[in-house]
Amino acid sequence: MPSEHWTHPEPGDGPAAAAAQPTPEQVIAGLRATSEGGAELTQLLTPEGERVASPQFDRYVDDIDAEALKGLYRDMVLVRRADREANAMQRQGQLGIWVPLLGQEAAQIGSGRALEKRDMAFPSYREHGVAYARGIDLKEVLGIFRCTDHSGWDYQAHRFHPYTIVIGNQVLNAAGYAMGQKFEGKVGDEDSEATICYFGDGATSQGDVHEGFVWAAVYDAPIVFFCQNNQWAISEPTERQSRLPLYQRARGYGFPGIRVDGNDVLACLAVSRWALEECRHGNGPVLIEAFTYRMDAHTTTDDPTRYRLSDELEEWKLKDPIERVRAYLARGGGADQAFFDQVQADSDAFAAELRDYCFNMPEPPPDRIFSHVYAESTPLLDAQREEYLSYLDGFIGAGEH
Amino acid sequence: MADLQKLTIGKAINLGLRRAMEEDPKVLIMGEDVGKLGGVFRITDGLQKDFGEQRVLDTPLAESGIIGTAVGLAVRGFRPVCEIQFEGFIFPGFDQISSQVAKLHYRTQGKIKMPIVIRVPFGGGIGAVEHHSESPESLFAHIPGLKVVSVSNAVDAYWGIQQAIKSDDPILFFEPKKLYHSGAMKSEVDTDTTPDPLFKSRVVREGTAVTVVAYGPSVKVALDAATAAEDEGKSLEVIDLRTLSPLDLEPVFESVRKTGRLIALSEAPSESSLTSEIAARVQEECFYSLEAPVLRVTGFDTPYPPAKLEEHYLPDLDRVLHTVDRSLAW
Ligand SMILES: Cc1ncc(C[n+]2csc(CCOP(=O)(O)OP(=O)(O)O)c2C)c(N)n1
Repeated sequence: MPSEHWTHPEPGDGPAAAAAQPTPEQVIAGLRATSEGGAELTQLLTPEGERVASPQFDRYVDDIDAEALKGLYRDMVLVRRADREANAMQRQGQLGIWVPLLGQEAAQIGSGRALEKRDMAFPSYREHGVAYARGIDLKEVLGIFRCTDHSGWDYQAHRFHPYTIVIGNQVLNAAGYAMGQKFEGKVGDEDSEATICYFGDGATSQGDVHEGFVWAAVYDAPIVFFCQNNQWAISEPTERQSRLPLYQRARGYGFPGIRVDGNDVLACLAVSRWALEECRHGNGPVLIEAFTYRMDAHTTTDDPTRYRLSDELEEWKLKDPIERVRAYLARGGGADQAFFDQVQADSDAFAAELRDYCFNMPEPPPDRIFSHVYAESTPLLDAQREEYLSYLDGFIGAGEH
Repeated sequence: MADLQKLTIGKAINLGLRRAMEEDPKVLIMGEDVGKLGGVFRITDGLQKDFGEQRVLDTPLAESGIIGTAVGLAVRGFRPVCEIQFEGFIFPGFDQISSQVAKLHYRTQGKIKMPIVIRVPFGGGIGAVEHHSESPESLFAHIPGLKVVSVSNAVDAYWGIQQAIKSDDPILFFEPKKLYHSGAMKSEVDTDTTPDPLFKSRVVREGTAVTVVAYGPSVKVALDAATAAEDEGKSLEVIDLRTLSPLDLEPVFESVRKTGRLIALSEAPSESSLTSEIAARVQEECFYSLEAPVLRVTGFDTPYPPAKLEEHYLPDLDRVLHTVDRSLAW
């Protein structure tokens, strides 16, 4: 098993132990690209749509009957459809940029649906599926990408922090929030809370992420670090960030790490519920590495053909997160064709609504530049605002605008 | 015989980097995505293919790491050229830049040199989301021990990057990303000449009525404004600072003694900035020549707004002309 190769020699083990070090090829195989994700991958639903038993995690999805699974399926289809629509709208010049989530629906819906309303989530910038699971209307995400606004939604009401673009920043912010939950005594009882924080495989190289792990560990913060390892940080593969499978890093900080099949919505739900429960009991933090794949470009400005091979993509298509649920539902008779057709129709309507909204989104007025720079504005800024607005008025007066 | 090539700024930097690497095996390029992808702006395109993975390093995703390891590599005798993907992502590396890159030479009384170049695509106008359009150069100009350069054309880009790499001082090299691939900004680069010294500003258009001093992407705005002003019978002199620290203000003083008027132009917010510094120094040196206060045309003192509003935020030709009129009305 690859994991044996990653066992580090203890001090004093001598050259013999050093010889047991993994070869670079073994390291890379363990980090990525094995279609299984390695021996320690937690999976409940295979790519073929077969349910596999898990003594440790089955109990976390006891309540997921066919109806509930149909719900998760629908979530994923809707979110994917919205994602494709946004991608297309970018191509048509309606959005400045889009960050696709294609392929990561199970990781996002599984973890997002594991949260209680009172829990808090800190996203990066690709978490449109989690946003949806937090009850956010995806229209509220569009302004960021149409560049009419820096953020949308009601953060408190949805308990979903603004998107963070600077890689890794949010991990410390989330750790601090979780420390706050702990300091307020929100762990260990009925209404206990937890925080979940999303970031990518590339982000794990940032100092902020390391520091976030340290803080969360030493303050026992109730936080689940949810790393979506989609194999790539723009053009750089995971082996450019780590010599060790990412989930194994947690051990060095003193908390558990686990690798879950990020294309398996059931496993993502189960493992996230388990991790959140650990947090609620006061045993947090936990690191989850959702082993998944970015099926599209990094963003609409990226060109993945420059750095990755198309058979890699083809291989991952076989592990599509939506298709396996569909196969399972269809085979077990949990859903009939009418259901799938209905979901398809719903998703088309969902996308059409998004498109409509996007095309009719109002442009922000110029004075928006000056608003909310401070809670209490400053004389300098007020003067700048007045001066600029009267300058603009001059144009209107001169009939030039 | 002169070897002339018509290049964009982006291509000029690429060729400049290539030549520097050919000339000195100790030159390294390091950053996120600089290898196979050729950088997100393709400025390092093809270099890894030709120089290998140990000279063009696709680094882990961490700016403090990129700059901090560059410090160690420099101590070991290398000449690292770090690419920061977008200016908004330089801040995780700010500590290393201000605490080590800028100060090691001073702290060791010159025993340790820091021949590091940090390339930073900067500025707005590309319709991007947050953190991709800012102008933080004044923050670095404020730090003693660093030199700060900003190029505005392909000739300076080609030679400037090579001169920066050859320099034993650490240099922040701010590149106007909006103009990287601009066909309008293509110019003939003589790759077989003696270039202008790097740390000198330059009059790029002569005029008599008002001096406009700018750098980086704003030089184009200033030149466009000068052309438009000419139609209105007003003659603008345009100066490209080229180096932001140390500032070479002699040509500015000289120009102000001639025109009596100065406008300092920049995309950055104005409070406590390079344009503040220019205004202060010009009034110290040229007080009796000034016919009007030094005026500034800058970004506002706000975070960079959502890109749908950037046409308002960024100083444009109209705002320059409006300010020219204000200056002349004094
Ligand atoms: C501090 C910082 N440096 C660089 C960037 C530019 N950048 C944006 S996304 C990205 C790759 C991120 O990869 P990963 O963390 O794996 O997340 P993914 O996008 O794959 O979900 C980079 C380098 C950034 N946003 N922030």
